[in-house]
Amino acid sequence: MNDALAATWSPGRGLSAWLREVRHTEIGKRFVVTAFLFFAAGGIEAALMRLQLSRPANAMVGPDLYNRLFTTHGSTMMFLFAVPVMQGVGTFIVPLMIGARNLAFPRLSAYSYYVYLVGGLLLYVGFSFRAGPDAGWFAYTPLSGPAFSPGKRMDVWAQMITFTELSALATAVNLVVTIFKLRAPGMSITRMPLLVWAFLVVAFMIIFAMPAVVVASSCLALDRLVGTHFFNHAEGGDHLLWQHMFWFFAHPEVYIIFLPGLGMISAILPAFTRRRVLGYDVVVLATVTTGFVAFGVWVHHMFAAGLPQLGDSYFTASSLIITIPTGLQLFCWLATLWRAPLRFATPLLFVLGFFVTFVVGGLTGVMLAAVPIDLQVHDTMFVVAHLHYVLIGGAVFPLLGGVYYWFPKATGRLLNERAGKLSFWLTLLGFNATFFPLHMLGLHGMPRRVYTYLPGSGWHHLNLFATVASGVLALGVLITFLNVIVSHRRGQRAEANPWQADSLEWAVPSPPPPYNFADIPTVSSRAPLWEEPSARGVVTGLATDQREVVVTTLLDAAPDHRTILAGPSIWPLAAAAVTGVGFIVSMFTPWGLPVAVALGVPVMVGWFWPKGRPTPLHAEQPGTKAA
Amino acid sequence: MMPASGYALAPAGPQAARLAQVFWAFFAVCAVVYVVVVALLLLGALRPGAAAVDEPARLRLVAAGGVLTALTLVGLLVVSIHGGHQLNPMRGAKDVLTVQVIGRQWWWELRYPGTAPDQEVVTANELHVPVGRPVLLRLVSRDVIHSFWVPELHGKRDLIPGHDSTTYIQADRAGVFRGQCAEFCGTQHAQMGFLVIAEPEEKFQAWLSAQRTPAPPQEALSAEARRGQDLFLHGTCVMCHRVAGTSAGATMGPDLTHVGSRATLAAGSLPNVHDHLRRWVADAQSVKPGSHMPPTPLSAADQDSLVTYLEALR
Repeated sequence: MNDALAATWSPGRGLSAWLREVRHTEIGKRFVVTAFLFFAAGGIEAALMRLQLSRPANAMVGPDLYNRLFTTHGSTMMFLFAVPVMQGVGTFIVPLMIGARNLAFPRLSAYSYYVYLVGGLLLYVGFSFRAGPDAGWFAYTPLSGPAFSPGKRMDVWAQMITFTELSALATAVNLVVTIFKLRAPGMSITRMPLLVWAFLVVAFMIIFAMPAVVVASSCLALDRLVGTHFFNHAEGGDHLLWQHMFWFFAHPEVYIIFLPGLGMISAILPAFTRRRVLGYDVVVLATVTTGFVAFGVWVHHMFAAGLPQLGDSYFTASSLIITIPTGLQLFCWLATLWRAPLRFATPLLFVLGFFVTFVVGGLTGVMLAAVPIDLQVHDTMFVVAHLHYVLIGGAVFPLLGGVYYWFPKATGRLLNERAGKLSFWLTLLGFNATFFPLHMLGLHGMPRRVYTYLPGSGWHHLNLFATVASGVLALGVLITFLNVIVSHRRGQRAEANPWQADSLEWAVPSPPPPYNFADIPTVSSRAPLWEEPSARGVVTGLATDQREVVVTTLLDAAPDHRTILAGPSIWPLAAAAVTGVGFIVSMFTPWGLPVAVALGVPVMVGWFWPKGRPTPLHAEQPGTKAA
Repeated sequence: MMPASGYALAPAGPQAARLAQVFWAFFAVCAVVYVVVVALLLLGALRPGAAAVDEPARLRLVAAGGVLTALTLVGLLVVSIHGGHQLNPMRGAKDVLTVQVIGRQWWWELRYPGTAPDQEVVTANELHVPVGRPVLLRLVSRDVIHSFWVPELHGKRDLIPGHDSTTYIQADRAGVFRGQCAEFCGTQHAQMGFLVIAEPEEKFQAWLSAQRTPAPPQEALSAEARRGQDLFLHGTCVMCHRVAGTSAGATMGPDLTHVGSRATLAAGSLPNVHDHLRRWVADAQSVKPGSHMPPTPLSAADQDSLVTYLEALR
């Protein structure tokens, strides 16, 4: 029977099959690998900036290149690394964790990847032709508008945004439907793994946040391309409009990046503490609450703009309130860790590293919520320190822990533990030594985004220290990169459940076969793999000659009906290519849009072309049985 | 004389003092919270125990932690809002000095209104204020968004085109304080600094009346300076700069009527001494690449004359 399943779900061999790939495990891996390549590029940009700042009046990097470097670094890390890598992890892990054989819309996930790839390449092709954006990753108008940014630099930025947001929206819709409808029978919504909850909340946040920035970047592109006046105050436009639309997206974006990081902690902890995470309900409600409150805090990026004091006070309060759900999650994990029989493997070390770094970022976030403090440290190195503590501490540390944790599942081989521990300690020390001094620099008046500073400023010692420390950080990350490359070929073979973890992804072989689960499991608790084997059951009666899956109800995950998932197809790639042509031509002429529509119609017809006759119903009804 | 940075926690005015108080209050609370969290983590992680736990008891502690967090945050919110309300203690104060601050790419124009149009003082990159007197700043941008920031006096206030705004500062002690544009504003955002020079009232008034005088007449200049003035008035300089009392009246670049009296060049980037001024005039791009000041190709002798003239504009 497994042979039949394998034949049905395998994409085939060769380049054509590779391009037609729609398996979530493969698409997810491509997302993660691509995102880490962009992470490396962003890291190189950061290293160049740190070298430039290592001494005052340094002539290594001029202002024009420096401004392109920090804009490309920020844009890369936010739009080409942090969000896509979480999309990738979600694409890879969610179907496995909920006992599904693929995402609900396999081709949409392939399209999502290719669109992201085109957007990322656009930014770097632009960068290598001296057309990299240079107005900062939040591209405030009027600096980013036609009057002060002639040329194509900011068009590259605006369209890169549109690509990546389209990609994120496609993944988000896919995750929502997959999580709602493809959970294994019995995995009621109250038994869903906490990481799946995090991805569900994040997917909804993407659906509500991304349209704001798509509108904003489209308005900017229109101002630049056809002379509209959305952001031209002389013609009735408004620069604060840009700031509101951008931050209405970009603050939730921070939580879109970091909630999956928190979810990973909840996923990693049980295996290394031998306990389930305490306070499941608390963690779930905290995650959902964060998702809501995250939409009510954006103005704390604009305190220096001089909005009415009452409004500022409201946003101070909301920015403080969002600490509570995050704090509750921290307390739940502390309670889980308290006097637990810990196994200090690399994934757990990165989780512990998360605590000591992220909490610093969270607390400086509390400080930044206060208008009186923000007015002093806003747009200084203090904020640079804060956001790196939050994003690296809150998202990259759990992510690296996740890499060590799920690498055996993705590849069938374990990463080297000794290299992992070395990487962890260098990353932890290097990170803190690089970024902690920036708090002091900010209080001592050093603004962010300056390519040089005066010899008499007194900033050079801390800057030199941070530059040297950033070398340690880079070495720590590099060791993990090398560990991945070497272990991918020579690592110790991993069995199905090398960490004795509790969730369903560990029930399938490592790496998972193309159909994931030979039998779709049924679930009767929150820790299905820690149940007695006698308590486990499987779904019967699914066709093996078609990509048939069981669809379950939203809350209880009771078997509802079955459906056939889409198979390999070249159309997602073709559609992404047409999208790319449309967006890129639109940078030069408004005709890009009609061209894309004209090319897009035949592609959509191909994508949705009916494949033969509807399948007759099987005589056998789906059911469940004990394993 | 020329500070190159300013420290937010060494306040020299009432606003910065309030901001520093709020900072220290938050810092103290946050430091305690950090120590407690890390201590709980280490104490829990380094003393292994059994896998089984009394879950309800621990969740009660989690809930207690949540309540404690909420109460702390309420306290911090009160501190923050109270501090924010005290930021403009001079609103309604009498004897306020008003200065218009205009952000330009990449320098600051400062205008002190006078009783008559010819009494207005226009200068650049140097804000003189009297000690102990509230100063109302009218903030305007002529191009992109800038942000006015003098860490020792006050937090930031953005200059947004189309949204003119105001803020108050006050220097409680005499001194020179460094200011800096804090919102990224393009190529030379890094070198958009300025100085705030706080002096006693009499000195300030003396400065103000000196600034009201036009440039010295030709007869009062040395022969060299006269030659320099000739180069200035018949060269490219007049395309952008103004010198009151002469035919140079452009407003693209900084007003040079009293450039010789200013402490810095290139928006707080260089001390205003002969060699720097000469380099700046000859090839500004080598000092501040991307700035709107073009190179001025002149013979060495002409450069000397021109710089001598500029130095005579005191």
